[in-house]
Formats: sequence, structure tokens, C-alpha cells
Amino acid sequence: MTNTPPTHAPQGTEAPVNPIARFVRATELDTRMLGMVGALLLIWIGFHVYGALMNGGGVFLTPRNLWNLSVQTSMTGIMATGMVLIIITRNIDLSVGSIVGVTGMVMGLLQVEFLPQYLGLGHPAIWVVTVVAGLLAGTAIGALHGWLIAYRGIPSFIVTLGGLMVWRGMAFLSADGRTISPVDETFALLGGGPSGSIGAAGSWAVGLLGCAAVLWILRSGRIARRTHGFALRPMWAEYTLAALGCGSLIGAVLVVNAYPWPKGILKQQNLPEDAFIAHGFAYPVLILAVVGILMTILMTRTRFGRYVFAIGGNPEAAALSGINTRWVTLKIFALMGMLSGIAAVVASARLNSATNALGDLDELYVIASAVVGGTSLAGGVGTIYGAIIGALVMQSLQTGMVLIGFGDGSYRKIVVGVALVLAVYLDNLYRKKTK
Amino acid sequence: MAHSGTPLVEMRDISISFGGIKAVNHVTIDLHPGEVVGLLGHNGAGKSTLIKCLSGAYQADQGDILINGEKVQIKSPRDARAQNIETIYQTLALADNLDAASNLFLGRELVGPGGFLDDSKMEAETRKIMARLNPNFRKFNVPVSALSGGQRQSVAIARAVYFNAKILIMDEPTAALGPHETQMVSELIQELKAQGLGIFLIEHDIHNVMKLCDRASVMKNGQLVGTVNVNEVTDEDILGMIIMGKQPAKVA
Repeated sequence: MTNTPPTHAPQGTEAPVNPIARFVRATELDTRMLGMVGALLLIWIGFHVYGALMNGGGVFLTPRNLWNLSVQTSMTGIMATGMVLIIITRNIDLSVGSIVGVTGMVMGLLQVEFLPQYLGLGHPAIWVVTVVAGLLAGTAIGALHGWLIAYRGIPSFIVTLGGLMVWRGMAFLSADGRTISPVDETFALLGGGPSGSIGAAGSWAVGLLGCAAVLWILRSGRIARRTHGFALRPMWAEYTLAALGCGSLIGAVLVVNAYPWPKGILKQQNLPEDAFIAHGFAYPVLILAVVGILMTILMTRTRFGRYVFAIGGNPEAAALSGINTRWVTLKIFALMGMLSGIAAVVASARLNSATNALGDLDELYVIASAVVGGTSLAGGVGTIYGAIIGALVMQSLQTGMVLIGFGDGSYRKIVVGVALVLAVYLDNLYRKKTK
Repeated sequence: MAHSGTPLVEMRDISISFGGIKAVNHVTIDLHPGEVVGLLGHNGAGKSTLIKCLSGAYQADQGDILINGEKVQIKSPRDARAQNIETIYQTLALADNLDAASNLFLGRELVGPGGFLDDSKMEAETRKIMARLNPNFRKFNVPVSALSGGQRQSVAIARAVYFNAKILIMDEPTAALGPHETQMVSELIQELKAQGLGIFLIEHDIHNVMKLCDRASVMKNGQLVGTVNVNEVTDEDILGMIIMGKQPAKVA
């Protein structure tokens, strides 16, 4: 194949004239993600303006609401990052809500009824042992599902539908339907709240660390391209990316630092009533951020991630390339189980109790988040950041409707349901157009 | 062409059945370095099944595989690759959602310090090999689903060639190609042959077989009809073997 075939016309593309297209081309930003962020901002501004016009005051774009939104999104977001891998490999996991329920009960019983007997109430090791046990339990359940799916050939829909019922039943049986509370004091911090946040100084540290990481990633990417002689982004595009990345991080810090502790808490802690103590980032949000970063590294920088995509794109080709597709599938479900365990930590800590209904129907919101975030049910396509933005979109819709006082819970379900179908329809149109 | 010395590959007395049907029934074939052996037969004759025992996709129920005269166990595609056996499947076996470099290195990714994928290195290597195989190839950063049939074929071929194969299996490599691209594949086969590779070529086009192959092994209903030296028979003889399952008058 050394000749120049006429069918292979030069495939380079000419410079686009449209300034937006040129911006997107130069920065190499994912247009899908830009669309999602645009939709998210539209939802936020829409709810705020509606509140301002109809209820005499917009309450959506306030530090308090955005802080709450970040905490509420965490639990779904953590699980959605794992659901991306499941859906990419053409599987589904309907059991995540029930895994949250049963691991929540395991952790509740452990820290409230068992560990204090041996370690004493409030022992500093209680929360660590509890969290580790919860994560192990979730991983074991996920691995069992994965084994049944990969090595016993039972469709994931069936295995996890069974799991949905079995683990919810187990959650009830584990304590005969009792609610276990209150949880260990340190453990409760993992659910957020004024004490479960890192405060103003900590948030600045996180934000600046994030900025440094953004700059380092851009720089090392440029160096790698230069080493191999690939086309470089124009410098203005690099600066724009750096400004966007650092700007949104610093913006987030400013928002969470603008939300002070409520007066009631100040009084409880014997602090002067006019003191301004900022919340800063809540622990659940930091957990989501860490999970999101680790999962992104896993999916884009490791063999495992590459194999997940390959299996989703062409399972037969993956197997012929020597990939142990069954083992990868088992690991994906085990990972999903572990993430459900982490979500259970956040959920039960936030409620300060474990109940057998914890995580009920979460599977639907988690799947919806991943799909709204651009994960294709046909397999092979999906991103971690997309799923997290998807979770934020779903949560924003729900929160927004509560804030503007739009009907009761049933209306919320209708709107969220319609939004899900609409999002996937728009995504289909987008994919057809860009193909 | 008479061969002396140990064959590069010997598949001895291979049998494999699926649900009671003998897809391959006591077949023996061999391949020497620098030789192209055509595998011919109707659809369902068992050619692809036989060859998949060598590429590790299937495991034979019975029989031995010898590489350079030594008996080897090929239980998976990984084992086959370890023996320097590379396969270009009829379906190309590309993950459509991944780009050319990811497909080329699938299962054998280059990793940097810390075990993280070195995508830049993989892309650079892909650019090098593609510059040799298909100099006009530019679509390095798009999924292979966006490539033409010929471009996809060149990715699949690059994957087989890059890793210094000694034994190459090509399952109808030109079936989906236009005349010009078919010509390129022919030239590549000649070039690889000259480098001393052994090539099993599954091919339906009798014209290509006569042109490219040194020997031809014909299968029918899972059994070997016979193996002939291509330059000692006519295309009529080979067609007779394929269609009627009969040996030509003069057997190699």
C-alpha cells in the first residue's frame, strides 16, 4: 500500500469561517458538553427569572441554593460516574438504589449497634471501619452481579432487576424495618451540613490546587504534542481554556464561601449571632469531585478504561484483541457496587440515619443522569463529566420546581420524565447531524 | 514449489464441532516462511473455523498445532499473538468508537511511567506505520466508524504488520475493497512475503488465488479436498476441487 489511491482524497479540513466554529475547533472543546452546560445555565437562569417575576424574588441563583444543589447532586453524581461504564458496555444496573439501601443498613447497624459495644461510643475508628465495611459490602454485591452476568451469561437487566428486589428485601430484614439513628458523629460529617464543610480557607486551598492542576494539564499536554510534532492549539485558545477552567473553579469557591452558617447553628455552637462563617465546599461535593477525577483518569488514561470502551464499541473485536472481556465486565459491576457504597455513606450521613428505604428509586435518576449526560444506550460512548453534568441538570430541574412552588411531587416527576426523553431525542439529532 | 525444512506452521489432524456438526473434520495444512497458502472453499466449508483455531478465537477439539516444529497450545488470541501470529479478520474486528491508534494498539497499549496510557506515543507510532501503508491517511483523531472501507482496512492491516508478525492470517482482505485498494493489498502481500512472513490467505476470488498464492488448500464440508501447487494446476482444476470436491488429475 505505497501508492496514492484516488479514493483517499486529502482529509484535512479547511479553516471554518464562523467564529464560534473557529473557537470550538481551536479550543478542541466538546460541543456536546458546551450544549449541556448551556442547557444547565438556561435552566438555572430560567428558574431564577421565573421566581423573580412571579414570586417577587429569584431564589435559584443564590449561594444558599447553589450550595444545597451541589450537595443534593453528589449522591446521584457519584453513582452516575459508575453507570457510565455499565451503559458503555451495553449493560444496565437497576440495583444501585437497593445496594445503597442494604449497604446503608450494614453501615448503620455496624456503627450504631455493633462497633460501640467493642470500641465504645464515639470511638474515632468507628467511622473508618464503617466506611470500609460499607464499600466492601457494595463491592462484593456488585462483583456477585458481575459474575452472574459475565461468567454465567445472565442478562444484566435480569440480574440487577433481581438484585433490586433482593437487596431491598435484605435491607428491610437486616433490622426488621427499623430506622437506625443517630449515626456516629464523625461519620455524619460526610453528609455535609455546616460542620461537614471545609470552610472558606479550605475551599480556597482546594480551588487554587484545582487551578494549578488545570494549568499543569494544559502545559504537559502541549509539551507532549510538541514532542511528537502534532498540531498545537493556538496560544489564545490555551489561555482561554486556562481562564475558563480556573474561572469556574474560583467562581465555585466564591459561591460556596458566600453562604454563611445559619443563625441557629451559630447559637448552637455558642458563636456571636452576627458572625459570618462561610460553609465552603461540603464533604459530599469533595467526594464527588475526587470520584469524578479518579473515574476520568481510569476511563481515559488506563488500559481498563480503554477496554471498557472497546467492549462497548465491538465486544467481539475486544475479545479477539486478547481482552478478557468477562473479567473486565465483572470489575465494572464491582466498581458500580463500590460507588453505590460511597453514595450510601453520603446519603445515610446526610440523613443522620439508615433506613431500609434509603436510595429508593435512585437507579432511575442515576441512569437518567448518565443518559442525559450523553452516555449512549447503544454502547461505546460516554463521559464521566457528562454524567456529572447530567446529574446536575436532573437535580436542578427538581430543585427549581420546588423553589418556584410548581405543583407537588407528581408534577416534578412528569417534568423530569419529559426532560429525560427530550434530552435523549436532542442528543440523537445532534449525533445524526455531526456524523 | 517443493519445501525443505521445518514448516513455519503445521496444523495436524484438526477437528472441531459445534453442537454435533463437524465444522472441521481431520484437516492437516502447513505453511512455510515466505509462502502464501490460499484457503479455499464454499461459504461454510470450514476455512474460517479452521483458521480461528490458529488465531486463538476457537480451540480445536482434536489435533495439534506446531510452530517451527514445536507443539504449542493456543488457547486465546493472546497466546496466538505471543507466537507472532497476527490476524486480519474479515469483519476487520475494529472497535468503531475508538480512533486508529487505539485500535492498532488494542490489547497491547503502550504505557508510560505509572502504567498510564501513552496516547501521544501510540498516535506517533500509528502515524509512522500509516505513512508507510497508506500515506494519505489523515484521520487520526476520529473514531474509525468515520473512515471509508479502504481506510478501515488499512488500520486493520497496520495492526497486523506493526507488531512484527511472522505468521499472518488474512480472511478475505479484499472482499470490501475497490479495484485500486485491492491492488494495494496485493502489493503488500508480495512485500510481506519477500520479508519472509508466512501468510494464510482465505480468498474467494480464484483470480487473486492464482496471482498471489504459492499453494492452495481446498476445503469442502469441513474436510480437506487437497493441497496443490498453484503453478502446477489451472484455475479450472481449483474450481473443480471447490465445487465438486474432486482432486485434479495431477496432484501435487
